[in-house]
Amino acid sequence: MKKIESIIQPHKLDEVKEALKNIGIDGITVTEVRGHGRQKGHKEIYRGMEYDVDFLPKIKLETVVPDARLEEVVRTLVSAARTGKIGDGKIFVFDVLDAIRIRNDDRGEAAL
Amino acid sequence: MDRAAICLLLALLTSPLLAQAPPTVNQRLSQLENTTKAAQLSGDNAWMLTSAALVLLMTGPGLALFYGGLVRAKNVLGTMMHSFSLMAVVTVLWAIYGYSLAFAQGTPFIGGLRYLFLRDVGGAPNADYGATVPHETFMVYQLMFAIITPALISGAFAERMKFSAMLLFTCLWSTVVYFPMAHMVWGKGGLLNATLGGTIPCLDFAGGTVVHITSGVSALVCAIYLGKRLGYPREPMKPHNLVLSFIGACLLWVGWFGFNAGSAVAASALATHAFVATHFAAATAALGWMFAEWVKHGKPSMLGGISGAVAGLVAITPASGFVQPFPALLIGFLAGVFCFFMVTIVKMRFGYDDTLDAFGVHGAGGTLGALLTGAFATNAINAAFGNDASGKPLPLGWVDGNPHQVLNQAAGVIIAWVLAGVGTLIILFLVDRLVGVRVSADQEIEGLDLTMHGEEGYNLDA
Repeated sequence: MKKIESIIQPHKLDEVKEALKNIGIDGITVTEVRGHGRQKGHKEIYRGMEYDVDFLPKIKLETVVPDARLEEVVRTLVSAARTGKIGDGKIFVFDVLDAIRIRNDDRGEAAL
Repeated sequence: MDRAAICLLLALLTSPLLAQAPPTVNQRLSQLENTTKAAQLSGDNAWMLTSAALVLLMTGPGLALFYGGLVRAKNVLGTMMHSFSLMAVVTVLWAIYGYSLAFAQGTPFIGGLRYLFLRDVGGAPNADYGATVPHETFMVYQLMFAIITPALISGAFAERMKFSAMLLFTCLWSTVVYFPMAHMVWGKGGLLNATLGGTIPCLDFAGGTVVHITSGVSALVCAIYLGKRLGYPREPMKPHNLVLSFIGACLLWVGWFGFNAGSAVAASALATHAFVATHFAAATAALGWMFAEWVKHGKPSMLGGISGAVAGLVAITPASGFVQPFPALLIGFLAGVFCFFMVTIVKMRFGYDDTLDAFGVHGAGGTLGALLTGAFATNAINAAFGNDASGKPLPLGWVDGNPHQVLNQAAGVIIAWVLAGVGTLIILFLVDRLVGVRVSADQEIEGLDLTMHGEEGYNLDA
């Protein structure tokens, strides 16, 4: 099993969610986060006080998939979340040791 | 009026009760006079009570929203409480002794005790202050000015002053600075009173010196005495909700019609002149600030627009009942640009933390407006200095050929600066010794809402 952690543009969330649903990925967890990579922030000015806003709002989207579906899901994520501009985000992939469904003790891929 | 008089006469003539003993012409005339007087009193009183309510609206919610939106979210309630608590506290002071110290006849510097506990302040008009409204109306109208003035100062010490210290400070400040200054400019026999026996006739229609210079200069002293907020200017301290500030500023603009046009103390043509001048100055000041900002920073901001409007309203306040509409447009524009310069360049240069720019807007705008009043005041709007022997109104300002008036205005400005500056410094020193003026560093980091009031402005997940 692999955990796919995607940092994406907030306005892309709906598109990504739909795309994942269309290939049968139902379980996702979403967090509102702030951060930046190579993308520069922007400047705000209030009565002459200048503030550099470096941390921009992003969405962190996590999902765990069977090994066999990893490439397909990553491709789907990338194509749904991409605008082609700097600031589109990143995807990280992790190995997952196990998964447990709390309701009935299902283990492993059966719990996904 | 003619038709009303004819109707009244007809009614009297046909009245069966009076038919037995027809009234004499004199009786009828005096009855007519009384009716006319009552009609004028009721019209003027309606406007003055409305104006009083409008001026209260400027403090709460107007100023509370304007200031509340500009601070960080953790201090929104503490900031609103500054304005709101003054609506309560100053009212009590005013009833007990404030009105008397400001408006009873006394020395040139402070009023006497005749109106202590509002004695002799009732339904009968006081001819000196408003011959066509109840004295009590004038009293409550003036109270609303006494409330907003210390509330304006709170912009300078926002986010770091103890609530107890704020209450004590504003009680002392009202007593030592506001009541005497109001007496000097507006009280009968006050030193700077232009129409009721002052020695230096300083024109201040609605409070450029009394309200804006005193509050603005005191704000500067507070900002310097209390010191910068922790982390200023290194840490970001962005306004947490400019939407609130927008609503507050627009309420200020509307309320200001009561402030300035109400200062005619009648529903008269003079009230209309003041109303128009007020609105015109706010408009050009908003444009002035926005354009200055556009040139300097590349973008015209909403905060700039509303800050400019307030600056223009401040500057036109002393002039509103004395100037023509086009000078009002000019005064507003100059105030917008000047206050932008004070807030962005002068403040940065000297490094004081006037948190919400109470000095940059009210002190600077008030001073500019008081001086420009001397330049543009005209007897075509208001024959405030009376008539000469031939019945022609005496000249007011420079435009009337009386450049000396600018010096009278400067005298008023200097007295207001000195009284506010020295008074505030002494009071702060005293309050600091008694209860301490500034919250602890921990309290400041946690925010005034929780540490002073035990609540939060936004419980969004509640």
